[in-house]
Amino acid sequence: MLWEVDVYLRDPATDHTARAVIAGAAELGIAACTRAQSAVGWLIEGDFSSADIERLATALLTNPVTESFRLAAAGDPSLLEPLLLQGTADLPTVVHVLPRAGVTDPAAQTAKEAFELLGLKPLAVRSLRKYWLPELDKTHVERLAGKLLASEAIHDVVVGAVELRTLSGGRPWSFSQTTVTLEGLDDNALEKLSRDRCLALCAHELHAVRQHFNLLGRPPFEIELETIAQTWSEHCCHKTLGSPIDHTGPSGTVSYDNLLKETVFAATREVRAELGPNDWCVSVFRDNSGVVRFDGDHDICIKVETHNHPSAIEPYGGAATGLGGVIRDVLGTGLGAKPIANLDVFCVGPDNTEAADLPAGVIHPRRLLAGVVAGVRDYGNRMGIPTIAGAVVFDPGYLCNPLVFCGTVGIMPRNSADAAVQAGDLVVVAGGRTGRDGIHGATFSSVELSSTSESQSGGSVQIGHAIHEKTLTDFVLEASRQRLFHAITDCGAGGLSSAVGEMGAQIGARVNLECVPLKYEGLSATEIWISEAQERMVLAVNPAHWEKLSHVAAAEGVEATAIGTFTGDGQLTLCWQGNQVGTLDCHFLHEGRPRQRLKSIAESPRLEPTVWLDSAAPLSLEDCLLALLATPDVASKEWIIRQYDHEVQGGSVVKPLLGPGAGPADGTVVRGVLGRNRGIVIGVGLRNRLGTSDAYQMAAGGIVEAISNAIAAGADPAKIALLDNFCWGECRRAESLGTLVEACRACYDMAIAFTAPFVSGKDSLNNVFAWIDAAGKQHELSIPPTLLATALGQIEDVRRAVTPDLKRAGNRLAIVGLSRDALAGSQLELIGCVRGGSVPRVDPVACRSAFAAIATAQRAGLIVACHDCSDGGLATGVAEMAIGGGLGARIALQSVPAELTKSMPLSARNRDLIIAFSETPGRFLCEVPAEREAEFAALMADVAWSFIGEVVAIGPDGGQVEILSTSEKIVTVVSLEQLAKAWRS
Amino acid sequence: MLSPRAMILRAPGTNCDHETAFAFDRAGAFSRRVHVKALTQKPSLMKNFQILCIPGGFSYGDDIASGRIFALELSSRLADVLHAFRDRGGLILGICNGFQVLLQTGLLLQGPANSPAQASLGHNNSGEFVDRWVNLRADPNACCFLQGLHEFELPVAHGEGRFVTRSIADFDRLHSAGQLVLRYGYDQQGNSTNPNGASGDVAGLCDPSGRVFGLMPHPERFITATQHPAWNGHLDADAPGAGLAIFANAVKAVS
Repeated sequence: MLWEVDVYLRDPATDHTARAVIAGAAELGIAACTRAQSAVGWLIEGDFSSADIERLATALLTNPVTESFRLAAAGDPSLLEPLLLQGTADLPTVVHVLPRAGVTDPAAQTAKEAFELLGLKPLAVRSLRKYWLPELDKTHVERLAGKLLASEAIHDVVVGAVELRTLSGGRPWSFSQTTVTLEGLDDNALEKLSRDRCLALCAHELHAVRQHFNLLGRPPFEIELETIAQTWSEHCCHKTLGSPIDHTGPSGTVSYDNLLKETVFAATREVRAELGPNDWCVSVFRDNSGVVRFDGDHDICIKVETHNHPSAIEPYGGAATGLGGVIRDVLGTGLGAKPIANLDVFCVGPDNTEAADLPAGVIHPRRLLAGVVAGVRDYGNRMGIPTIAGAVVFDPGYLCNPLVFCGTVGIMPRNSADAAVQAGDLVVVAGGRTGRDGIHGATFSSVELSSTSESQSGGSVQIGHAIHEKTLTDFVLEASRQRLFHAITDCGAGGLSSAVGEMGAQIGARVNLECVPLKYEGLSATEIWISEAQERMVLAVNPAHWEKLSHVAAAEGVEATAIGTFTGDGQLTLCWQGNQVGTLDCHFLHEGRPRQRLKSIAESPRLEPTVWLDSAAPLSLEDCLLALLATPDVASKEWIIRQYDHEVQGGSVVKPLLGPGAGPADGTVVRGVLGRNRGIVIGVGLRNRLGTSDAYQMAAGGIVEAISNAIAAGADPAKIALLDNFCWGECRRAESLGTLVEACRACYDMAIAFTAPFVSGKDSLNNVFAWIDAAGKQHELSIPPTLLATALGQIEDVRRAVTPDLKRAGNRLAIVGLSRDALAGSQLELIGCVRGGSVPRVDPVACRSAFAAIATAQRAGLIVACHDCSDGGLATGVAEMAIGGGLGARIALQSVPAELTKSMPLSARNRDLIIAFSETPGRFLCEVPAEREAEFAALMADVAWSFIGEVVAIGPDGGQVEILSTSEKIVTVVSLEQLAKAWRS
Repeated sequence: MLSPRAMILRAPGTNCDHETAFAFDRAGAFSRRVHVKALTQKPSLMKNFQILCIPGGFSYGDDIASGRIFALELSSRLADVLHAFRDRGGLILGICNGFQVLLQTGLLLQGPANSPAQASLGHNNSGEFVDRWVNLRADPNACCFLQGLHEFELPVAHGEGRFVTRSIADFDRLHSAGQLVLRYGYDQQGNSTNPNGASGDVAGLCDPSGRVFGLMPHPERFITATQHPAWNGHLDADAPGAGLAIFANAVKAVS
């Protein structure tokens, strides 16, 4: 029998869900939805009496102080009646939103396990959300359900009674073998086959597959072809970045045999060689994350991943599982690292986009951002990992292809970075069970999105179950401590096929697919093999340790199952109940992909003259400052930061919001180990607004920004590790591929210039969206070339960390670094003040000197507050420092060391705006104790710098920021209150 | 003298166990993390400890309600052990999720048997999880953990922390029994720092004996000055944080 229990709040005033529905409906233009009620529902199947269900509801499902419940057989009309609360009559529309069959339902799984505590064993449980709404048009109900209440990719919506009789479904798969015919197909037919099967293989790759199987004298089985597709996907093997490329750029023609190896990897190799015996890299570009030395006992590791395509379709689930995946990357590094900090960066469309301007199938940026934030919040907070760094940028280029970056930092004992599978080891899968979720994620992320992706690719969206990952983490770290496995990796894109395939790449493996524990019956061998069900890790376990390992798993409540053996025969052999269902030669699988030589072109960036746009009604310096503090990129992200637990584990020292006025941080700092003073510094850099005009400077500027963030907080410039995350749009045209090559060149140049090795990275290409508008016109939107740079720094003693908030009235303010007049891509351009001009260029030599000078002065205690100048420039930076410190400041623009182009006469106002707001990379604002200014000056011999003002006390009427114009004739005075209000708007 | 022993009791989803153990160790205890599975299999473990702490986290995911399943597990399998532990002078501390657990086990609110619970922790008024620092006022009465504490700051990080009683009479009864020992206070500008809409600004309460205490804020996140968001330039980096006193008080009370 199937029961339904509805749990609802006794005090309707506390029904936030209903409030959100009313507000959301108004935003969607559904005016009639002025009242609503919500409940959490449970469908419980089993041979139970109503007294049993009542006991469950009382003891487990209902808060006795705040909630009530009602129950009945599912489908009973009484369940549609409005809840017995005041003013709930007249809510005849009842909408049920429940996870689709097969989609992970963490609450239901937890409930099912908990029911057993009460001695009741249900056959199945499913959770649902239920809404009572006023009488509405059918189209309005559909709109509400589609846009607000449910996510089409993962939910079923039932309006009116739930007519289900049973939740169970699925019968064991009956064994069959499917072969795929490639013989006799021309290129068009091969590509069609690839598309139909969602393989993301191109014709020349399928030629190689056909040739391989011709030599074996048989066609491939479906499972073999799928394994090849997963392994050869862009997601798994840097198809484009690893290609041979003939590049024609501004400085001539150059040929790469492997772009990535000859730029990013090469820089790391050269830096390590230069460091010689002092090389502090441990494991780079080969494991799931990059590992570097930390202290005498520990190494630290870091990885940043993207989860763009899944988040575009289901923001909450996409972001949560993106974070879950990168956490497992850290957990699956070496012999397992403990995750200690998370970071997240989102690139989305403008939040004021008109709903009518959205192509079909695209989620509004505001809803998307709320969804990804909630996903990171619910997953990260439950994992107990502080989310301490990040950024959000808004740009029309990301409207259809938002970018969701999630990163994790981990720590591990020294000498555990190297892991090696041994022949004879058991293949053990641990953690969550396998279901149909996430099938084709690896190949899906390698194809373009379109307006029908949402319905086509529902199966590739996963929902996370954070508590399974938390218990899995507890298990892995304990098993690692006891050294109970030889190697470990996570099941991410490609599922078992990628995880086991990679681990066994050198020695081969035999897997008995029927041994894999399933969420429900009915999965075929192929589905089991490529499913991307979350929260699973694969371990290589010496059979002698198997019993001990099982014991640790049981103690943590984790399922661990031996599903095969690493063989040593160099073959990947897949079996189903004793039948061999697929065999692949490991060498062919991992080395057999044919590479195609590509051509790329990069033109010199066009130089456009700077045009001042507001001459009719010129904005004052004050107008600009307030407008800049309020741009979506610059404005406070407090609403996001406060939803993330950024203090769990107790190690955060420089938090994302800090100082008496809770201002913004640059780099953030965590202790590596509680009770010890050595710290980890994280900085991120993203100059997305330059990507379209100059990909090289976009990448270089992002790297400098990430390093500057870390340096400002106190990181040692001699120990900065870098990560690259390339997100590109269409890459097939030579011109677009050229921008990727230019960005790679920038990575090489910057890493060498700053002796900062890249230790890990990832790319996400094909961020393109195709749609046909109402008029039948075809459109395509590509994201701007985007490199996210992450800097992993170290600080010897966290007590020496420096934060941007102003500290004491009377202290001097200095700027380090030259200001220039390149305004292209600046926030000043964004607010409509100016257009064109050149792109801000990185001067690596000057930056390196500035990093060194800042670090030396910090170590000598000469800088008590430090802020890198980035979005919004110098004046915005000073305002942010003042907000954080709750103190005023006075600066003179005339004192700022600047180098302006002489070609054009400049009005006094425009000169002021350039000095105040240009975003020249590599500059720092410093607060210097008044009594130590001479010492500070003495350390600045190698850099362009100047004192520009001082910190001012708060008067009886509050504090203010005063800016003296370059002509020294005008003083702009803005109160701290106004500044804070603009920043928090 | 031997250090008192503190058991940090964890369940699947507990995630503040390491830093809570660290806080107890700093305060002079000898702490050990114990999985609730291990304790149910061997309840006699409890005999070796003088302090029991249920730390923060999302036990069993908090998917149904915060702390509900962990509380049910404790009251259905370990109620006798826990009552005996308290009655022989043991101290019990619940932090955040641990407070949510303790409140639902009945260990904090000893009403008449089978009476409905008088108090609970509901969803924050904002409807959202919030991580921020709050000002607190202690009115220690019998509470062992708060002796000597008056006004101090700690961080909160929760989505379900709004203290609510079944009726005003229930609130008054807890108040007159001296159990409402910790309240949210005001910041320097005079704004309330109540982060969740808790009735009477209640942030924590103790049982009538003063030996069982639950609170929403996280004292283990303010053991050293550098954990404060405005320490830089304002506090001595080596100074202890206000939260340490709560653990030190517990150690002192059983020493």
